[in-house]
Amino acid sequence: MSQWLPIADIAAKVQSGDLKASDLVEQSLKTIEAKKDFDSIIVTTADRARERAKLIDKNPKGRLAGVPFIAKDNFLVFGADTTAASNILRGFEAPYQATAIEKLEAEGAICVAKANLDAFAHGGSTENSDFFTTKNPHDTTRVPGGSSGGSAAAVVLDLAPFALGTDTGGSIRQPASFSGCVGYKPTYGLVSRSGVVAMASSTDVIGPLTRTVEDTALVLDVMAGKDGLDSTMIDRQSDYTELKDDLKGKMIGLIKEYMSEGLDADIKKATEGSVEKLKKAGAEIVEISLPSIPMALAVYYVLCPAEVSSNLSRYDGQRYGYTQKDAKDLEASYKGSRGHGFGKEAKRRIMIGTYVLSSGYYDAYYKQAQTVRTKLINEFKDAFKKVDFLAGPVTPTTAFKIGANVNNPLQMYMSDIMTVAVNLAGVPAISLPAGEIKGLPVGLQLIAPQKADRELLALSKRAEELLA
Amino acid sequence: MAKLSREDVLKLAQLARLDLSDAEVKEYSQELSEILQYVEQLGEVDVSGLKPTNQVTGLENVTREDEIKDYGYKTEDLLKNLPATKDGQIKVKRMLG
Repeated sequence: MSQWLPIADIAAKVQSGDLKASDLVEQSLKTIEAKKDFDSIIVTTADRARERAKLIDKNPKGRLAGVPFIAKDNFLVFGADTTAASNILRGFEAPYQATAIEKLEAEGAICVAKANLDAFAHGGSTENSDFFTTKNPHDTTRVPGGSSGGSAAAVVLDLAPFALGTDTGGSIRQPASFSGCVGYKPTYGLVSRSGVVAMASSTDVIGPLTRTVEDTALVLDVMAGKDGLDSTMIDRQSDYTELKDDLKGKMIGLIKEYMSEGLDADIKKATEGSVEKLKKAGAEIVEISLPSIPMALAVYYVLCPAEVSSNLSRYDGQRYGYTQKDAKDLEASYKGSRGHGFGKEAKRRIMIGTYVLSSGYYDAYYKQAQTVRTKLINEFKDAFKKVDFLAGPVTPTTAFKIGANVNNPLQMYMSDIMTVAVNLAGVPAISLPAGEIKGLPVGLQLIAPQKADRELLALSKRAEELLA
Repeated sequence: MAKLSREDVLKLAQLARLDLSDAEVKEYSQELSEILQYVEQLGEVDVSGLKPTNQVTGLENVTREDEIKDYGYKTEDLLKNLPATKDGQIKVKRMLG
């Protein structure tokens, strides 16, 4: 059982004076210390959290009054360095905070710590962190998933009522499935990315990792909406905490391509079992095909490195982060700072991106990938003409062993195979806890059309009750 | 089939401004070739009549008024992460020899 009440209840009790923000912060910090061997946390923001808690206790207001949370370390937050788990950003002090953090703080939430990730969010296990690997809360010889692996483990270890992650190709849903919590990827553009370290800007989104769908809905509701600092944003569509939709008559399409080759037999069975429960409760289940889905991973591993190579060009050793001091001129300073500051995976992606964007290869790789992306998007649109939601597994296997894929980058990329299509199409998706296989958690992925975040959360709320 | 030689990797590293060790060059030549060979399956997809997607939610030309907004940032705070400054400006190494 969790030591934390539902988030809305914590806030209500802080507002009424039955709970103190200061006690909640201490409770969270104490748990972080007790569970430190899992390496989910890079650093706490203890001093600032305690100061904020005192202020909140004097004037307890807000929908998240006194609620402690943990931010993935690619969010700019006051009170500790922001490193994106990379050596090149070691010692970087945020001069301003991410919009998501500002909005949560405005409602009384308190950031207590920064969670580990694969450096710059490049990876699916936290093994690409330049600092250390987070352990899976269910089996310390296994990865927690990634890149938001520290955030997912933090929620499962009960360190705080919620954590924030980012999802560019599956980085919220995959660790949620591997570690066993709710992980939500909103519609592209619903939450501002201002103040979050950019990875692949055409798919990057911010979302919560929580114990329950209701908690996710509340945190999303606070974060959603334009801030004038991220030009890719869409308008809010509804009150995201309004979750009382009926499941009866809802059409859910089980994605055929995800249920076929390469899928672990136990995961197939678990997914079919979960969907069967939705069916018994009144949903209509059909099989649906999106024929281009097997191409999604290849599309992603052209577009993502291309955008990474562009976004990481700002780390030049001149403006912030690691700088090579003894370079003879500016050019040597760029190359030395980047060559020594970036980890292996960042350099790998930068070079792949540079290759696919270079003249002579641009049309064959980048433009072709963007065009196959159109084909995939059209298939999602066609599917949503026939069904209200899509369903499938989150990952082809449960959490793998630490070290199993570190020497094979392509194999590591395969852990994104069932999550990337959603990012390429900009649609919202969730990973819900759906039981265990041999002691390891497994998630169910539910997907909705763009902007149907409220409807997806309402479905997830019902599914959560049925899968419990 | 893309197969990156040592020279290809060095050229990419130069374009991307990355110093690489000899061991890294060797390792990347193998790994990058494998990744490129994997993504080359995209070339077999029939995309006739389709246009590339650059923005997924259909936004076009998002503009705003060109006006100064005060977010309360202090110059010192914005400069505090700089490796080297002089008179409130970024100091870099010599560009021309």
